[in-house]
Amino acid sequence: MSSSETIALKLNGEVREAAAGPTTTLLEVIRDQLGLTGAKKGCNQGVCGACTVLIDDKLARACLSLAVNSVGQDITTIEGLTENGEPSPLQQSFVDNGAVQCGFCTSGMIVSSHALLQANPQPSIDDVRDGLSGNVCRCSGYRKIIDAVRGVAGD
Amino acid sequence: MASEKTTNEMYQVGKSIPKVDAREKVLGRAQYIADLTRPNMLFGAMLQSPYAHAKIISYDTAAAEEVPGVKFVLTGDDFGDHKMGPFIKDEGAIAKGKVRYMGEPVACVAAEDEATARAAALLIDVEYEELPAVLSPEAALEPGAAVLHEDLADYFKVFEAIAEDNLMSYTEISEGDVDTAWDECDLIVENTYETQAQNHLSLEPCGALAEVEPDGLINLWSANQSVFRVQANVCEALGLPMSRVRSMTPKVGAGFGNKMEAHIQPLCVALALATKRPVKMILSREEDFETVRARHPFKIRYKTGVKNDGTFVAREVELLLDGGAFADDSPGVLGNAALMSMGPYHFPNAKAFGKVAYTNHLRFAAFRGFGNPQVTFAGEAQIDEIADKLGIDPIDLRLKNMLGKGEKWFGGQKVDSNGLQECLEKVRASSDWDNRRKNSGENGVGVSAAGHISGLLATGAIVRMLEDGTFVLNTGATDIGQGSDTVLTQICAESLQIPIENIRTAAPDTDGSPYNWGTTASRVTYTTGRAVVGAAEDAVRQIKDYAAILLESPADDLELREGGMVGIKGANKEVSFFEIAAMTHWGVGGPIVGSHTLVFDQPTIDPKIAVAKGMPFTNIGVFTFAAMVSEVAIDKVTGKASAEGAWYAVDVGQAINPGLVEGQVDGGYAQGLGYALFEEMVWDDGRLANPTLMDYKAPGTAEVPYEIDTTIVEHPEPDGPFGAKGVGEITLVTVPASIANAITHASGVRLRKLPLSPERVLNGLIENENT
Repeated sequence: MSSSETIALKLNGEVREAAAGPTTTLLEVIRDQLGLTGAKKGCNQGVCGACTVLIDDKLARACLSLAVNSVGQDITTIEGLTENGEPSPLQQSFVDNGAVQCGFCTSGMIVSSHALLQANPQPSIDDVRDGLSGNVCRCSGYRKIIDAVRGVAGD
Repeated sequence: MASEKTTNEMYQVGKSIPKVDAREKVLGRAQYIADLTRPNMLFGAMLQSPYAHAKIISYDTAAAEEVPGVKFVLTGDDFGDHKMGPFIKDEGAIAKGKVRYMGEPVACVAAEDEATARAAALLIDVEYEELPAVLSPEAALEPGAAVLHEDLADYFKVFEAIAEDNLMSYTEISEGDVDTAWDECDLIVENTYETQAQNHLSLEPCGALAEVEPDGLINLWSANQSVFRVQANVCEALGLPMSRVRSMTPKVGAGFGNKMEAHIQPLCVALALATKRPVKMILSREEDFETVRARHPFKIRYKTGVKNDGTFVAREVELLLDGGAFADDSPGVLGNAALMSMGPYHFPNAKAFGKVAYTNHLRFAAFRGFGNPQVTFAGEAQIDEIADKLGIDPIDLRLKNMLGKGEKWFGGQKVDSNGLQECLEKVRASSDWDNRRKNSGENGVGVSAAGHISGLLATGAIVRMLEDGTFVLNTGATDIGQGSDTVLTQICAESLQIPIENIRTAAPDTDGSPYNWGTTASRVTYTTGRAVVGAAEDAVRQIKDYAAILLESPADDLELREGGMVGIKGANKEVSFFEIAAMTHWGVGGPIVGSHTLVFDQPTIDPKIAVAKGMPFTNIGVFTFAAMVSEVAIDKVTGKASAEGAWYAVDVGQAINPGLVEGQVDGGYAQGLGYALFEEMVWDDGRLANPTLMDYKAPGTAEVPYEIDTTIVEHPEPDGPFGAKGVGEITLVTVPASIANAITHASGVRLRKLPLSPERVLNGLIENENT
């Protein structure tokens, strides 16, 4: 509807072009235009954490980030955390610890957990609870997610 | 049973293997409804009612139609009088003639992109004539109250609902004679309890994608708990033959009852039919809150009479439910609540009765527990009040009165598998109850126990051998994240004695899957598991018949061997599934297809034991049991109660996958914790005041303790698959009562209204100080 311009984003290490207007969110661009659907739209209000991505290695809500502001920044999504398309040790730990139920929160959980482990490679249970306090999971009760994050720590 | 081995020896059952879909989910590659696209796809959006109750006078769609990119606008005038509904067919695809709750869809738009569709929908001008709104069941049942459904008497009902004006349904079940039994009691306790509306809050909002093929067949993908209920609802709401709708599902971002019956699918199909192009509709979080469904608010009166030694003599339960604007599953929730209201105890005299009323709220419906969390909160709190008055330990009082071996459930159904005693004893031990209860300091410790159903209705399975001797399992059961694809694969692999990797689970598809009523009622492991065992047995019979030819030995002398082999008993001679597949595909007999269907048929009410009126279920399910202990801390300044830990013992018959059982315990606990302590949908007149995650708090890592301890109890269900029964709901059912009882233990404050908010606890503390 509104006028849009072509922008170039650095997404998971690749430069990608997209059309963005002044109100287009980063989440809309990466999901609807660039076809990376790992980040989810759960509330579109920055509360649930399902759209969590890394912008310049810092956690961000893609639903609250304007696409035009992301030009020139390094954006990493769940797809960018895989190792050549195979699960990273953190992703495999989510599999092995039964930390995945419906999976809708999983991408955001793993991105947040990745950032947590970068900052604190040996988190306590409470450290993980603090680190994931911005990600809602309605299925798991969090216990197995916490185990998954701690299960990979320090390996 | 297919199991020829004892529990301890099983090959695939009883193992905590990773979920079969976990890998695609951790990679971010699992596809949910919002991730699907079709070529030339449009987007749908809706206009919602600004009134709780109003006549629709006229529509003006001109401004919306003029917006560039808009392809079609539909209003109630474009729909016939077709009606859908699982119990009472009272609901159209869209409001027609009148609106019955604020937020109800009144018109919809298909446009080239979502933003255009949403903006255009707001340009539709609808003229209303406001009607008086009824916003509580009491108001709805007042003589002279504004009536929601003027044609209620003419609606098709699938059971004998005792319905009139705003009374949607009345249910009554009784055994013995409560009226005379009160005289035998030494102590009678009577209280009223109240529970609130809870939102399901599946992290994935509801959505659908429909396209019409040139021959008129409609392909419909949606977030659902049953492709078959979607098919039925769409066809009933739009007046289409079921043979014209193919209903499918991508991965589902959880369902707790909210995705069982229709949400946006009928409207999405209507837009696809109108535009002849694929149309996708994904609800915003606010729309999902306002238009899908929620847990029923209950008002409950419990009266329980006992002897001085603690023996239960009589109980009477009266229920009043807000049903909202459409019946949906409400009559079922009322019926199940009545059936569960005695708890897992023996009362020689018992009566439960109640009403559910139409109101101008969003429809209330199925939600994990299906009426049981509400009555268990009340009933289990009252048992603690009795224990306190009699000076009996709460677990001892429950053990004294629990349904024993061979005793029947309220209504008269036999209970074959009953691990309740072991659950109570195990949780007493695991929580260190006797010590913790005495020495918990400022913290409080509370217990609760419950039974719940597992079963209901029809299901089927097809086990098909492929050319190389591997298999496709097709059941039509939607895995909503709980892990049924994995569990059913384990059951199939055990039955066929083959590796998990040699079985592919087909995605539910009404064109190719056998009927499956749905992923609900804690039923998939139990009922669909039974169908899988039956289908695998059918396949095994054929496998042995063909192996007999290859091995030149009678089929009766053959046995399955691990890894996909058939051997002669007591001999080394064997043949592989690969060889059998090759022979049947290319030479003799034909490819192997095993199938089995069933409908759950154990009667719920035995007329020799109980009298029932308006009971919507004739054959509801087998019984599952749980006991739990909760520990809470209370901030005496703010009144805030925090959960510090939980200990569960759950009788699942046989854990097919213990890790997934724990997942159901952890998740049911967290959802029950939110329900107990802070989750609440709040209405301001007819308007839902908190339809966002900013305003509606979901439990996060800060609220849910890490310390959740699970003991799995296994009392095999005789006809369950390898003895298994369900676990999906009962883990939530016990939570509010155990927390309420722990709050009382910590503070002396007895709260009878959910949620157990800081304000209510603090008021209780102040009241106690003043008395």
